[in-house]
Amino acid sequence: MLNIALPKGRLGEQVYDRFARAGFPCPALLEDTRKLIFENPDAMVRYFWVKPSDVAIYVERGAADIGVAGKDILLEYAPEVYELLDLELGRCTMAVAAPSGFRDDMRRTLRVATKFSHIAEDYYAACGRDIDIVHLNGSIEIAPILGLTDVIVDIVETGATLRENRLEVIETIVPISARLIANKSSFQFKRTQIECILTQLRKETEENHD
Amino acid sequence: MNTPILNRSERTVFALRRLYADRGYTLYRMSKFEEYDLYSRNKDFLVSDQVITFTDTTGRLLALKPDVTLSIIKNTVDTDAVERLCYHENVYRVSGGSNRFCEIMQTGVECIGDIDTALVGENLYLAAQCLGVISDEFVLNVSNLDILLSFVERATDSRTVQDALIDCVAHKNIHGIRAVCDQFGIEEPLCAPLCALVSLCGQYETVLPTLLTLCADVCIEQAQELADALAVFEGSGYADHIHIDFSVVSDRSYYNGIIFKGFVNTVPDSVLTGGQYDRLMQRMQRRSRAIGFAVYLDMLERLYDEPIPYDADVLVLYDEGVSADMLRARCDVLIASGKSVYTSKTVPLKRRFREVIRMKGEVNARG
Repeated sequence: MLNIALPKGRLGEQVYDRFARAGFPCPALLEDTRKLIFENPDAMVRYFWVKPSDVAIYVERGAADIGVAGKDILLEYAPEVYELLDLELGRCTMAVAAPSGFRDDMRRTLRVATKFSHIAEDYYAACGRDIDIVHLNGSIEIAPILGLTDVIVDIVETGATLRENRLEVIETIVPISARLIANKSSFQFKRTQIECILTQLRKETEENHD
Repeated sequence: MNTPILNRSERTVFALRRLYADRGYTLYRMSKFEEYDLYSRNKDFLVSDQVITFTDTTGRLLALKPDVTLSIIKNTVDTDAVERLCYHENVYRVSGGSNRFCEIMQTGVECIGDIDTALVGENLYLAAQCLGVISDEFVLNVSNLDILLSFVERATDSRTVQDALIDCVAHKNIHGIRAVCDQFGIEEPLCAPLCALVSLCGQYETVLPTLLTLCADVCIEQAQELADALAVFEGSGYADHIHIDFSVVSDRSYYNGIIFKGFVNTVPDSVLTGGQYDRLMQRMQRRSRAIGFAVYLDMLERLYDEPIPYDADVLVLYDEGVSADMLRARCDVLIASGKSVYTSKTVPLKRRFREVIRMKGEVNARG
């Protein structure tokens, strides 16, 4: 039985759909229930819903053999896992956004609000820019409006939230999408099954890409 | 039944030490402390670059040992023969999961001197034997870092881009390799073999013919070196457990040649890592070559997590009237019959016992 951690929410449903079409369905997963663990013994899979940011932890620690996590999480926490496939779902961008008309004053330390401290640190370190990170857990957009910080580093999907808060993307850091990840040890001992799922998912992804 | 005094993890340590001794490795004992400077100059070699430091009475900045290999190199001299050393030490470093300092029991071997293919093979074989002691279900992933570097250095001169490609290989991230190649204009004839190298993993006898073909025009000597070292497993009974996998990657400033990682089923991370570290020797002004591996015993806790249903077989509940010699005599009889005994006047909290024996003293008994 292969344990698969899926991210709860809209992305998780798209991901499950991809797994189901790849030949690993578990219809009970979509029932309106409070259950979190679902099994399909015929397909030899056990799915469980977890918070999207926790998927990588479940996989890295071996509670799940494989899972689907956003590239943002993989970059931020750098879990020791294999990143086997870009599922090309949940596409968005990690970007720097600032109030319209913002001009970076290089004489001052740049104040950056973000949930993704490591990504922001790595990005600005590569640019050689001195920054002061303000780690926030939500509503990042209001930080520059209230003068808490100069800019934000956050995920941008359509840009609607930014526009509504009079912010605009000033730099793109990295494209983000959902990735199939595997526990390094599980890969050694359940390799046939993992590679079977990988092959089918790759096929499905290529078909959707076309 | 008496609970075994040594738990499985401890018994494993003794079995590993037996293996080391059988191959002529002598035990190397060392101090818990080391000059911090040794680690600060070789931070990238450490699993974690955070070290517990303190100033000793003479004002020297010392560190609680986060690693054993660096100390062994520092304290050994170059030799034209081969020095075989093994260790069994606690090290202190930040655990990846908790991001806190912890004490980790580590055991392993270091082989320093004139390292040839036969010795590399011997080290790989010993690593496989160690994994076999830990679990019947194990995989030893073996790579040759020089092969990977040949493909990466052929693709680009930029050290930064090379590092990005190596990181993708370490994560079996083929789409990442393609993205890096697209971004930096690396042509398909250079990108495709790298992707092929990542895909090429599995039982070594199955993979070797394809690998030799893939490396034919790039690094055939290194591929042959890997094949020669792996030949040690022919007819050993371990062949099915030995895989070639280029996602085994180590820091190229320190390591070179054959590198490897061992996994056992149900333990989520590698329990054994090792390889040739001639470059570290050079950095420390040594002309000898070296190879070794470490077994991380903290990883084995989960494997050996046997629930113990009882704290002792018998709880002997005695009262005020029971004399010391009566109690001792009763316990002696129980222990002689193979039972463990816990004596108390009241039932202890949060303890479980297989059976309870009540002992009344003469005064109470008469009463």
